[in-house]
Amino acid sequence: MTDFARPYLSAFSARFLLVLQYRAAAFAGFVTQAWFGGVKSMVYAAFYASGAGAAPITLSQTITYTWLAQALLALLPWAPDPDIVASVRTGGVAYDRLRPIDAYALWYVRALGWMLARAIPRALMMAAFAAVFLPLIGLSDWAWKGPANAVQGALCLISTALALLLSASMVMLTNILVAATLNGRGLQILTMPLVTLFSGNLVPLALFPDWARTAMLIQPFAGVFDIPCRIYFGGLTGVMAWTGMGLQLVWSIVLIWLGHLWLERVMRKLEVQGG
Amino acid sequence: MLNALALLASYARASFKGQLAYPGSTILLGLGQFLTNIIDVLAIWLLYDRFGAVKGWAIGEIALFFGLVNISFTIADFISRGFDVFGTDFVRTGAFDRILLRPRSATLQLIGYEFRLTRFGRLLQGIVLIVIATTTLPLHWTAQNIALAAWTVSGAVALFFGLLVLQAVLAFWTVESLEAVNALTYGGIQAAQYPMSLYPDWFRDFLTYVVPLACVAYFPVLVILGRPDPAGAPGWLLPLTPAAGFAFLAASFVAWRVGVGKYTSTGS
Repeated sequence: MTDFARPYLSAFSARFLLVLQYRAAAFAGFVTQAWFGGVKSMVYAAFYASGAGAAPITLSQTITYTWLAQALLALLPWAPDPDIVASVRTGGVAYDRLRPIDAYALWYVRALGWMLARAIPRALMMAAFAAVFLPLIGLSDWAWKGPANAVQGALCLISTALALLLSASMVMLTNILVAATLNGRGLQILTMPLVTLFSGNLVPLALFPDWARTAMLIQPFAGVFDIPCRIYFGGLTGVMAWTGMGLQLVWSIVLIWLGHLWLERVMRKLEVQGG
Repeated sequence: MLNALALLASYARASFKGQLAYPGSTILLGLGQFLTNIIDVLAIWLLYDRFGAVKGWAIGEIALFFGLVNISFTIADFISRGFDVFGTDFVRTGAFDRILLRPRSATLQLIGYEFRLTRFGRLLQGIVLIVIATTTLPLHWTAQNIALAAWTVSGAVALFFGLLVLQAVLAFWTVESLEAVNALTYGGIQAAQYPMSLYPDWFRDFLTYVVPLACVAYFPVLVILGRPDPAGAPGWLLPLTPAAGFAFLAASFVAWRVGVGKYTSTGS
């Protein structure tokens, strides 16, 4: 077992530790995200002041949702893994074809390491700012609040882990598309609006029109952010919380299975040009 | 001056030619830009659908604020690419040395660095918003209002351009393009899409006196909408405020001068 897992574990930790070094990028991202989170919270407050009765979640929950969304931005499947894009362009991808280990699993754990290492410092900085600093200076109305209760907090941790697995399976699909078409350009500009809208990053999915809410919860992008977040503030409890996590798991399995099949086909047809 | 314009025109021709060598890619990237931006319009619609009018503002009025600020930013973004990537592409690589050696101003060369056609996606979104505003509101596009809109946009272009120049100035010290300035450019658009009366006082003051977005995207638009300022700014002052954008730009160029004076090459 350990022999089997070792190459994947070391690929994961190598990537994780490397990406963790980019502190300036993380700080710049944090500043921008803090600004966006603040502006969005103020806009929501104005809308709630005009018609709070119409909303299925409270203003405080919406603000917490907004901060969580900014904190976990790097966990979302925005773009193919830049390392894979580079290795497709340089032809380095042929080495992955030759290694005696599963290429999908190797790419997958590297994507996990990349996303997690980008997310952790940003999430910590955002938590320090929105959950600790804002209440300290008397702005607790605008703060990131704690989970609804300990159980919801624990469930949210499980659900966030599932979100990471699901999100990495989506990144893998974009990786494979890059490997199949030899072109990463332009892909991001299509995934970005899709992910923003359907993950709940644009507007919490709970605030969508009533006729669309069930469909929005079932589609796969809900699992990368909206479901863990709803579990956190108590919007999904008990059976509904477990159903949400079940959805995340089912989508992950489906997308990993599809990605695995697709990558096998792409790797069989891979042509390395020149050298 | 004429010579400078001719030079800019030939920069632009070269840039367009390069991008049109791959027309499919340019069009797709532009459409992607449009999609990325149009979902912000969807966000406004979702909130109006859920909550109804916010503090008495009609959705068409939001569309006018948002449309004008987006058109302004598109223009600023179109002519400021050289400043935007200044840290990564010029300071870190030392390419700025070459710019300084040429017998033309650095500003001119940086403006001419690249004119990205893919920005039409955001422009298209701005136009869609203006159309929404015009069809849902009793807006009167009289000559006076059109002139005021053009003056507003020019002030906002100056402000956004000034922000990107400041970002470039910071690069003299950080040797990198600081993404944090995005908070004020992209984040500024985010803030300026809604009327200032939605925000708490301290934030409105920040956007009026420190980074004068309100002056180039809010006060003059109130005049076009035929509304007084809910916070009580005198009516005669509202159409004059876009001048603040030009003042900001002038201040940015003072900082730019200082930065260029202090510049030491990173070598090779």
